[in-house]
Order: sequence, then C-alpha cells, then structure tokens
Amino acid sequence: MSVFKQGMRGLFISLWFMFLTFPIMVIKVDPIERIVRWRWENCLYIGVGTFLVYFLLQYLLHRKLQSVESNTEKDNEPRESIIHRIIANPQQRNIMVGILLAVAIIFPYFSSSYQTNVMTTALMYVVLGLGLNIVVGMAGLLDLGYVAFYAVGAYTYALLNHHFQLGFWTVLPIGGGLAAIFGIMLGFPVLRLRGDYLAIVTLGFGEIIRLVLENWGEFSKGPSGISNIARPGFFGMEFSLDSAIIYLYYLMILFVIVTIFIVNRLQDSRLGRAWIALREDEIACQAMGIDKRKTKLVAFSLGAFWAGIIGVVFAAKTTFINPASFTFLESAIILAIVVLGGMGSIVGVIFGALVLILLPEYLRALSEYRMLAFGAILVAMMVFRPQGLISNIRRTYRFDKTQSLNVK
Amino acid sequence: MNSPILKISGLTMDFGGIRALNRLELDVNSGEIVALIGPNGAGKTTFFNCLTGIYLPTAGEILLTPPGSSKSVSLKGLKPNQVTEKGLARTFQNIRLFSQMTVLENVMIGRHCRTKAFILGAIFRNAATRNEEKQIVAKSYEILEKVGLAHQANEFAKNLSYGAQRRLEIARALATEPFLLLLDEPAAGMNPQETLELDRLIREISADGQSILLIEHDMKLVMSLSDRIFVMDYGKKIAHGKPAEIRSNPAVIKAYLGEDVDA
Amino acid sequence: MDYFIELFLGGITRGAIYALIALGYTMVYGIIGLINFAHGEIYMIGAFTSFIVATVLSIYGFPLLAIVLIAGVAAVIWSSAYGYTVEKIAYKPLRHAPRLSPLISAIGMSVFLQNYVLLAQTSDFLPFPELIPEFAFMEPVAHIIGSSDIIILITTAVIMIILTVVIKFTRVGKAMRATAQDRTMAMLVGINVNRIISATFIIGSALAAIGGLLIASHVGQINFYIGFLAGIKAFTAAVLGGIGSIPGAVLGSLVLGLTESFATGYVSSDYEDVFAFSLLVLILIFKPSGLLGKAETKKV
Repeated sequence: MSVFKQGMRGLFISLWFMFLTFPIMVIKVDPIERIVRWRWENCLYIGVGTFLVYFLLQYLLHRKLQSVESNTEKDNEPRESIIHRIIANPQQRNIMVGILLAVAIIFPYFSSSYQTNVMTTALMYVVLGLGLNIVVGMAGLLDLGYVAFYAVGAYTYALLNHHFQLGFWTVLPIGGGLAAIFGIMLGFPVLRLRGDYLAIVTLGFGEIIRLVLENWGEFSKGPSGISNIARPGFFGMEFSLDSAIIYLYYLMILFVIVTIFIVNRLQDSRLGRAWIALREDEIACQAMGIDKRKTKLVAFSLGAFWAGIIGVVFAAKTTFINPASFTFLESAIILAIVVLGGMGSIVGVIFGALVLILLPEYLRALSEYRMLAFGAILVAMMVFRPQGLISNIRRTYRFDKTQSLNVK
Repeated sequence: MNSPILKISGLTMDFGGIRALNRLELDVNSGEIVALIGPNGAGKTTFFNCLTGIYLPTAGEILLTPPGSSKSVSLKGLKPNQVTEKGLARTFQNIRLFSQMTVLENVMIGRHCRTKAFILGAIFRNAATRNEEKQIVAKSYEILEKVGLAHQANEFAKNLSYGAQRRLEIARALATEPFLLLLDEPAAGMNPQETLELDRLIREISADGQSILLIEHDMKLVMSLSDRIFVMDYGKKIAHGKPAEIRSNPAVIKAYLGEDVDA
Repeated sequence: MDYFIELFLGGITRGAIYALIALGYTMVYGIIGLINFAHGEIYMIGAFTSFIVATVLSIYGFPLLAIVLIAGVAAVIWSSAYGYTVEKIAYKPLRHAPRLSPLISAIGMSVFLQNYVLLAQTSDFLPFPELIPEFAFMEPVAHIIGSSDIIILITTAVIMIILTVVIKFTRVGKAMRATAQDRTMAMLVGINVNRIISATFIIGSALAAIGGLLIASHVGQINFYIGFLAGIKAFTAAVLGGIGSIPGAVLGSLVLGLTESFATGYVSSDYEDVFAFSLLVLILIFKPSGLLGKAETKKV
C-alpha cells in the first residue's frame, strides 16, 4: 500500500473513532444543575491518538511480516527469547533464580512498609495466577468465577476467626480444603459442558457466591463485611504492624516458592500431560484412556485450593473483608495475568502478575486506567499474541539407554 | 487362535429419525486383520464411535473377550476411556493429535491408562513415580522406533508430515497396549510410497500378535492386508468373507457402482 | 388478584426488555458461535448515549416528542457503530482461533468499555430524564400497569415483527440464515460473509440500544455497570430459549422476566439476581440446548 493510501486510511479510521467516541468523550452533562460541558479537546486527542496507534500497528505488522520472511530464509530456525535461553540453560537459570531470591529477601530492608505491602499483594497475585493457570492454561477450562474460591478462603478465615478465634495456621489448610471442595461441588455438574458454557456457568457461580455473601447478613454480616480479623502469628507470637507486614511478605515469598515448585512438578507429570492433552483435544484424549471428568475435576479443585489459600492470606493481610472485594472484575484481573504472561507458562504468569499489579502501583498516574488497560490487554493479547509474552516451552526428553540416538 | 475377541450383534444406532447402523453383525478373531469397507456414509465411522464409547448405541451388544481369557465383557455403555482400558484403541479418520505437544509426549499420553502416578506422586516424585516416568519414556520411545518416528521424537506433532502424523496416531494407540487396534482410514491422503510403508507397518504390528480392525477405502491395501472383509451399506452388513470372495460378490459391486453399471 | 396481575404484567415488561438484548446474543451466536460478552456494554452505551442526548436536548428546551425521537435515533446509531467496531477489532481477527480466544477477547472488550464509560463520564448513578409521560387514558389501570410498561410492550412487539420480516423475507435476512447454517457454503454461493456478520452485529446492537433507552427511562437511572447484569440476564434468557433461536430468545426472556417478577414478589427481593444466576446455572447444566434449541451431536 502506498504511503498516501495508508495515510488516507489512517485519517478515515481516526475520523471514525472521533465520531464513535463523540457523545461519551465530548459531551458531559450535569442533569441536576442542568449544565452541558463540551469537551472538544477530547475529540482532538482521540483523533490524533487513533492516527498514531494505527501507524504503530502498521509498522509492527510490517516488521512482523519481514521477520517471517527472513525467518524462512534462515531455514525456519525458531528464534528464542532471552528468557527462554536462560531457562534452557540450567547454570544460567540457577544464577538467575539465586539473584532473584537474594533481591526478594533483602527487599523489605530497602523499602518502606508501604512498598513491602504492595509487593506482598503482587506475590499474592502471582500465586493466584499460578493457581488459575492450572485450570485455564494447562487444562484449558476457562474459569470466570475463580474469585469465588478466593472468597471462600477469605470468609472461612474471617468467620472461623471471628466466632472461634481460630488462628491463621489452623485455618490455612481448612480454607484451601473448603475451596477445593467447593471446586469439586461445582465441577461435578459443569465439567461436561462445552468450553464457553463452562465459562459462563463459572461466572454465574461466582456472582451467586458474592450475592449470597452480600444478602445473607446473619451469616456473613452482609455488605458491611467482617473486620478485626487476626493477623498471622508465629508460634503464638504477636507482631507490631510493621513487623507483621514484613512477616507476611516473607510468608508470601515462601508460598510463591512452594507453589512454583508444585506447579512445575505437576506440569511435568503424568497428570500435567493429561491436562494439556485434554486442552488440545478432548475426544482424542478420552480415546487414549484418560478419564476426562476426573482429570478436569482435579485441575479445577487444585486451582480452587490455591485460591482458597490466598483468600485466607488476603483476609489476614487486610484484617477486613467484604463482598465488594470479590467481584467479577477480580476474576478478570487474574485472567488478564494468565493471558498476558502466557497460558500454561509458569515464568510467564509470574511476570504477568508482577507487571500488572506493580506497574499501576508505581505509576500512580496510570492507576486510574488500570481496568481499562486490563481489558485492552485481554483483547490485544488474543489478537496479536495468544501465546502470551513468555510462551511455554515443551520439555524435551533425552534417551540415555539408546546410545545411538541421543536426541537433544 | 480363532476364538472371537470381538463380537458385535444386532448393533443399531439411530440419530433422530435416521438409522445410521441397522442390526450390524461383525466379529474379529484373535490375531486377524479384518477390514470394514463400504461407500461413503455407510456408517463405518459411526460404528467405530459406537464401539469406542463416543456414541451410545440404540440397541445391540458389543462383547469383548481378551485373548487367553474365557470371560467376555460388554462394552456397551462404557465411556471412551473405559473402552480403551479394556484393550481397544483407535485412530481417527481426521487426524486428532495433540498438536501443541511433542511427538514423544503424544505417545506418552497413550501410556496414561497403564500407569498410576497422581497428585502426590507428581509433587513428591517418589521412587515409584520416577521409575514409572522412566518406563513411560522408554516404552514410548520404543513404540516410536517401531513406527519409524524416533528421530522426530522432540518435534511438535503439528510439524510432522501428513503420513508421519497418521503413523503417530497409530503409535499413540499402540501405547495403550490394546489387543485390538481400530484404524479409521489410515491410508487416507497418503501417497503410494507412504501407503506402502503403512502396509508394512500394519503387517509388523499384526506379526506381534495384535488383532486389527480397519476401515479403508484403498482397495489395494485392503485386499493385500485383510484376512477377512466386512462390507457395509446403509448401516447394514451386506457381505462378508475372504478378499477373493468379496471381489466377486454381486451385492458389493452393486453397492459401490449403483444399480446400473453405467452410473 | 391485582397483585398477581401486577406481577404478571411487570414480568412481561421485564421480559420484553430482556428480549431486546437477548436477540443480539442469540443472533451473534447463531452466526459465528460466539458468546458476545460485550453485548451488555453495547446496551449500556445505548442507554448512556440516549441519556446524554436527551439531557442536552431538554436543557436546550426541545419538545418531549423530539427529544424521544432524537435520543432514540442517536442511541441506535452509536450503539450500532460500537457493535460494528467491536466486532472488527476484537472478533474478526479471531475467526479461526481456538474457541476460547474470542470469548476472552470479548471479556476484555466488556471490561474495557465499562471502564471507558466510567472514565469518560462518571461512576455515579445518573437520573434519567422522564421521556414517557403518564397517559391520562391509563388512569383507571395505573395501579397495576404504568404507561411506560405499555410503551415498552408496544415498542418491543413492533420491533419483533419488523425483525421477523427482515429475517424471513429480505436479502440480508436470507443471507444471515444461510451464513448461520453453513458459513463456507454461504461464501461459495457468493454471500459476503464478513458483511453479513457486520450486519448481524449492527442489528443486534440497534435492538440493544432501544432496550437501553426503554429500560433507562423505565427505571429512571443508569450507571456504567448496568450492562454487566443486564447482559448476563439477557444471555440467560437466550440460553433458556435455546441459543441461536430467535423465537427462543423471546420466549426465554418472557419466562425469565416472569420468574424474576414472581420470585421477587412472592419470595424475597433480596435475592432477585440470585434467581437469574441460579436459573442460568441450572439450564446450562441440565438442558444446555434450551427450550427451543436443537441438541448438538458431536462430530468425530
């Protein structure tokens, strides 16, 4: 396409978006005071913005086409990202992990308790993302009600602590277990549904849980929520607020490490392979002797278990919970983390969580646009890079027994 | 030898008002290669789907007798995975590989129903699990060698050539240790060279003592391989016998060429 | 008895509005097999556009009839434009992607549009101007049915008739049905499938916009979040009737409207939305093909 034609097209698209966004972006009415504000400057921003975005996309598309061409010339050699290369090399990987761990451990000593707190939140989302990744990324079940299990965990701790003064460590396994049981209960009837119906049913389930928590006042104290939830203790020790924040931070570091370890092992196991096969082709999977229902149910309840655990941590961290923390948007955020990082990719999900949670915190100006960006990310990732930023790499196997065929 | 390991009687399948299978009778003896042929739409794939638990047949009986055993089990009403556990494995007419997994992993999936490790095994990776994993890999690799795909073990399944994908489907089915292998048009879309290799592969599998039931349109392959042939049309068995008998059977010729020879 | 009739008519009115939104879901599903999760947002944008236009016009002192007409037309135009654009950006590139990709994209679009309206306008509830006056001739029955209910019922009925005629007899309608049955075949006989898909989104969005205008003036207030709940409920109605089936969407909507009306009237109003969600979950689990839909046979 000639530059002129492209320019015309860009111009046309800009005009279209100026028209499209006109009533909502330009006019603002105050129905009480009966004033109309015409924000014409927004029209200009939209026009110029669209024009620039259009050319950026054209440029990226152009480069992508070029790289595809040059790739075919180089005998289709797949180009690996730096991260993939580091993961593939055990020595580099260990150094990398060591550095990250060291940074994570000394982090609280160099930052305010506010920042430590933010980092703890980010780590919670790492675990939530890894949990949802089992369900969505590995087993291919789009769970839009993930937040319901998170709520189950949080309310389990809040209620048991409120009524029976049970401690954090006692409730932690109960919360996770109860969430897993909820997962199984929901999973039994819905797992035979087709993928998109499953998504909607889980969404409905999530909303039902939230609405019940909101309306069943005697049980959950309704919209006003439960306050004064105990922070986690350490063998009966109580902490001051600052040390409690640091304690929780280290706790989350531990949780993240344990979760990564477990999820990684699951992925490379007989069960993990079955999940991925199930995601690829259900019918072939069954024909290979895999019990579809059981395999899905395990994925579903394991995912729910992690949500429950982090729910307990959430309640302990904020010491106050109410149903407003468990809306569909929360599920959408966790989904965005998984999708951005790369479905099925552990490193990707960790990266996705840190970027999506930390970026809006540190760029305060952006925090208003957080949910807008999350929505845009879901669309853009599906359209431009469905495999995510850091796609998963399949494990390769080595055959030591057959000396003649030492496959890499 | 020569005891039926699979016996189908009166198998009927209705879809709404359409009768896709009509009182079908068929049997496979131990060690045999049996072919099922018939014009397009005769109900051959529907038959496979009934057999492997993907469809629930409207009426009839499917009895499976493992070789060396006198007890037969009914497959009717079992789920696909249970059928596979009983020793029946299949390939698909339209290739259904796990395209995002490697060739070896595809075969490893086939080992699933013959292994046990579960959540705790996966997490703690105890000696039994490690051992089992090792055996899964070794056995899968062995099967890949048999079908001639060992050198591509770590390729993605989607990157294989068409003929290789069909052979991978067979390898994956073999990994479930079936005593009866169902092949749904294994030669479809293959070039003559690939078909020749397939012919050899099926003979090798058969030589290992495996019984095979195959649906195929390539008559040269069917005639050369099969011990017996069943012919279906409109959901019914219209003929059955040795290849030479089928070749000259008037009902078969009519089914394939229509009422008038000039059609 | 009056209470029963009041609940019954209230339920029918609710159902009529759900139907306007549910049709968009069912038409899009019928044609590309996608749950257009952002459809509720199109409805919300329709309500917002009509709110903005109506308020501006009333501030500038336009007569009521002109306000209603202009606001309605504006809502239809902009909602359709949004529906068209959303399809082009978020769904068209994903025609051949795995089934869940366009659904995730649709969820993203929904979240995006909600927050776009939130940021550009406000998060507060806004009072919607009273566009439908109380008619004098309705006086005797005013205690069981309001004037706005009558308007909603009549408008919906007229729209349904027009839609049926369009789908049954016009070229576009025939092309739509052909595309819904077999997209490849439709393409082979010379139907411009992309244009038909766009047309489906435009028609669905226009219906949602009218629904948005009607319900906003009926309820009297709007905010950026109304699309989510309305969308889910309309989707429930579409599934209840059998997704992909146009009469099914209308039937499902009426059933859902009546269920909600009676349940809140006789049982408890606290759990109004729980009824709808529970109904959704139950249908999908026990009869995913709905009242008028056909069961799918999987092809192997």
